[in-house]
Amino acid sequence: MNDEMIQSFVRIVGKENIKYSKAQLLAYSYDATANFQSKPDLVISPKNTEEIVEIVKLCSKEHIPIISRGSGTNLAAGTVPTQGGVVLLFNRMNEMIELDEENLTITVQPGMITLDLSTYVEANGLFYPPDPSSMKISTIGGNVSENSGGLRGLKYGVTKDYVRALTVVLPNGSVLKTGGKLAKDVAGYDLTSLLVGSEGTLGIITEITLKLIPLPVYKKTGIAYFNSLEDAARTVSSIIANKIIPVTLEFMDRGTIGAVEDFMNIGLPRDAEAMLLMEQDGDVELVQKDIQKMIEIAVAEGATSTSIAASPEEADVLKTGRRVALSALARKRPTTILEDATVPRSEIAKMVRAIQEIAIKHDVQISTFGHAGDGNLHPTCLTDVRNKEEMIRVEHALAEIFEVAIQLGGTITGEHGVGEMKAPYLEWKLGESGINLMKQIKQSIDPLNIMNPGKIFAKETKTRLVIHNG
Amino acid sequence: MVSELQQRMQDSFREHVDEEYIMDCMRCGFCLPACPTYLATNQDETHSPRGRIALMKAMRDGDVVWDGSVADAFDMCLGCRACEPACPAGVQYGALIEETRVAIQHAKPQGMKEKVMRKTAFDGLFADQNKMATTIKLVQFYQKSGLQTVTRKIGFLNLFPPFMKEMEGVLPAIEKKKERVSSLKPKTTKVAFFTGCLMDTLFQETNRKTIKLLEWLGAEVIIPREQQCCGALHGHSGELEKGLRNAKINVDAFDSNEFDYIVNNAGGCGAFLSEYEKHLQENSKYAEKANQFSQKLIDISSLFIKLGMNARLKEMRSEDVAIVTYQDSCHLRNVNKIFLEPRSLLMDAPGFEYKELIDAGSCCGSAGIYNLLQPEMARRILI
Ligand SMILES: Cc1cc2nc3c(=O)[nH]c(=O)nc-3n(C[C@H](O)[C@H](O)[C@H](O)COP(=O)(O)OP(=O)(O)OC[C@H]3O[C@@H](n4cnc5c(N)ncnc54)[C@H](O)[C@@H]3O)c2cc1C
Ligand code: SF4
Ligand code: SF4
Repeated sequence: MNDEMIQSFVRIVGKENIKYSKAQLLAYSYDATANFQSKPDLVISPKNTEEIVEIVKLCSKEHIPIISRGSGTNLAAGTVPTQGGVVLLFNRMNEMIELDEENLTITVQPGMITLDLSTYVEANGLFYPPDPSSMKISTIGGNVSENSGGLRGLKYGVTKDYVRALTVVLPNGSVLKTGGKLAKDVAGYDLTSLLVGSEGTLGIITEITLKLIPLPVYKKTGIAYFNSLEDAARTVSSIIANKIIPVTLEFMDRGTIGAVEDFMNIGLPRDAEAMLLMEQDGDVELVQKDIQKMIEIAVAEGATSTSIAASPEEADVLKTGRRVALSALARKRPTTILEDATVPRSEIAKMVRAIQEIAIKHDVQISTFGHAGDGNLHPTCLTDVRNKEEMIRVEHALAEIFEVAIQLGGTITGEHGVGEMKAPYLEWKLGESGINLMKQIKQSIDPLNIMNPGKIFAKETKTRLVIHNG
Repeated sequence: MVSELQQRMQDSFREHVDEEYIMDCMRCGFCLPACPTYLATNQDETHSPRGRIALMKAMRDGDVVWDGSVADAFDMCLGCRACEPACPAGVQYGALIEETRVAIQHAKPQGMKEKVMRKTAFDGLFADQNKMATTIKLVQFYQKSGLQTVTRKIGFLNLFPPFMKEMEGVLPAIEKKKERVSSLKPKTTKVAFFTGCLMDTLFQETNRKTIKLLEWLGAEVIIPREQQCCGALHGHSGELEKGLRNAKINVDAFDSNEFDYIVNNAGGCGAFLSEYEKHLQENSKYAEKANQFSQKLIDISSLFIKLGMNARLKEMRSEDVAIVTYQDSCHLRNVNKIFLEPRSLLMDAPGFEYKELIDAGSCCGSAGIYNLLQPEMARRILI
């Protein structure tokens, strides 16, 4: 980018809020996605919506791509500036704006760290349930833009279920305010929903109002181990069929259990085929009853051993075990590719089984963990990007996993988003008419394609695989 | 065209920085909130562990051109290794930054070497506008960047003798040893000073100031000549025998009725020194002497207090210009149970408002007395 152009941005935000040294451009060339990297031309930290309007107007005039970036923890290459351009940071827009205890909402700037928000509202006796494993570092802006889920999704839903209102700078520089502190609002199309999960491709979110709920008074965590995937999967179905909706119903397969145990040394049995972590929250009595019942169901379905955490600390250890699953697996091989194929709850055992078979077929290492309660699995491929031949096998294996997920009535991504990484597979899920409608929406809002170009929409769709199961 | 320096740097990174270690990083970002330089630069990814590892890789792969900004990113790293426990993927960051420094030092034009090692992170941090918040953090880093790091460094270096040489090559020139400091006025308290091997080399400035402060408080300071490294490093790496050899030498070196206290100013050493008695109790020749040694042993904060420092500090009134906090040295707090002493000194020190740090004891930032000895530094940060 030439000096003159840089100066124009400096005039908007001041030179201390612009980064373009060689080291800085490199440091914003990646996110948590393996095998994607590309440098931006400039990195800008605006202070408020007004500055962003100016930036967008300038970028629109000059056709410069804008890549909004929270903490860069997304797993779909959503913040990699593959077409150059300016990276927008929200490190100066990370304040809480208002906690409204009457309407039970909180309004924040997008750069606020998820955990900070969660801690803050809990200190006020309120609760913001979405808790992606990355919450310690992810931003709310990133969560909203990816519609992130978390361990509590089964009972409490995901980010979109909490977004009440947004302030967004559109590609033409106009400021849109959607929604409000309202429990009900049917005035027009639901633009808030359109923007949630839009991955920075439709506009820049500058203010977010979230719904809060009262903080549950009590919670309890239990755990069960199984000798077969099917037993674990049946337990999940049976729990739900018994009309219990736990906060958390998490699953880890054998490979993941071993990796976590290597890392944390908390006494997980390495020979178990599957583990289910269950948590319930609410009134003391109900929680006790539910957790007891869930354990009984697990035993009835063939759990080899079960236990209930005696103290919150013990529960934390178990939950941490699940939270670090991905990273613990990452220790095994140089490169970790995390997928999040999602299927209807009833199909979990089939899906996990299929993943294991696909891994063997392509001779790649895949371990699976995930949110069993909502069918959101994380098949995690452990590999080495430097090995070109292996990477081809990995790609085939992942494509097959997507295909099987779709055949089982599922999707290619449950919570991580499409980004650039999964863009070539999106049409498999949406079909031609789905993609076309989305393209029309994108075209009408961002005709110059300056908002995070190359994300969600692929130049080319991968050819669909033909898989014969069984 | 690739410049000659660029080529040299790239080759050097390839030679010295372990690719497998780099590949361990999955760029998840979990280390970011743990990194003091990332926080103090208002979340500049360049000054984060993830950013630095990416830069190491880019240097190896030739994806970034070596210039001042790249050098800065590495220089700014405090080597505190707070990123390591935060990293679920087990990235050995400490080893990586060591290797990086070796790589740079090898490829850098002569004369620049010393600068690389000595340049402090603060140069870059001053730029931050949010000075008050930064000050708290900075004082904390300063401690973190102190002894603990070096101890680890040395532990690491012990495993790789050639590295050790490299590192030593760039250590600041050692001032001529001051063997005995006597004062003209008659002194009431006589203090034998335990210099510590690292404190004596890397932190000579700290030792000098410690002695100055003791003298200012009216003590006479003696530095027994025969003393050795305390032996903790050996002791902690499973070579207790060797550690005890040092213990005996030290017990002999300090075996004198001449002084009232044996003082040390490094938490890690202090903990081991205080255990001489325990380790030597079975030894008929040394049990008694070691007992004497331990009786006289005192940490620097406690001694300052005994010498009336609080009152002297209170006399020196000045407006609060900075907020300081204190992060415990794990050994000092956990082994020697020194908690209130350093805090009380900081509270009484003029020009500072003391604020307790949340989790001050959770991560071991060593060299706890550092901020007290470096008031100029603390002040400079504010300017
Ligand atoms: C170890 C690990 C565990 C994870 N666990 C989970 C999990 O349990 N559940 C889950 O759902 N995800 C998980 N993720 C994925 C990731 O953390 C989430 O997608 C998270 O929401 C990203 O937040 P971020 O602040 O890092 O956003 P970034 O990665 O910086 O950005 C994500 C997307 O949001 C866009 N964006 C960011 N801010 C704005 C804004 N203000 N306006 C417009 N667009 C914006 C970006 O352009 C990008 O497309 C995990 C990731 C890792 C590395
Ligand atoms: S936490 Fe570890 S794996 Fe994750 S980015 Fe930091 S160094 Fe890399
Ligand atoms: S050693 Fe300390 S300063 Fe360096 S990257 Fe790690 S946490 Fe940051």
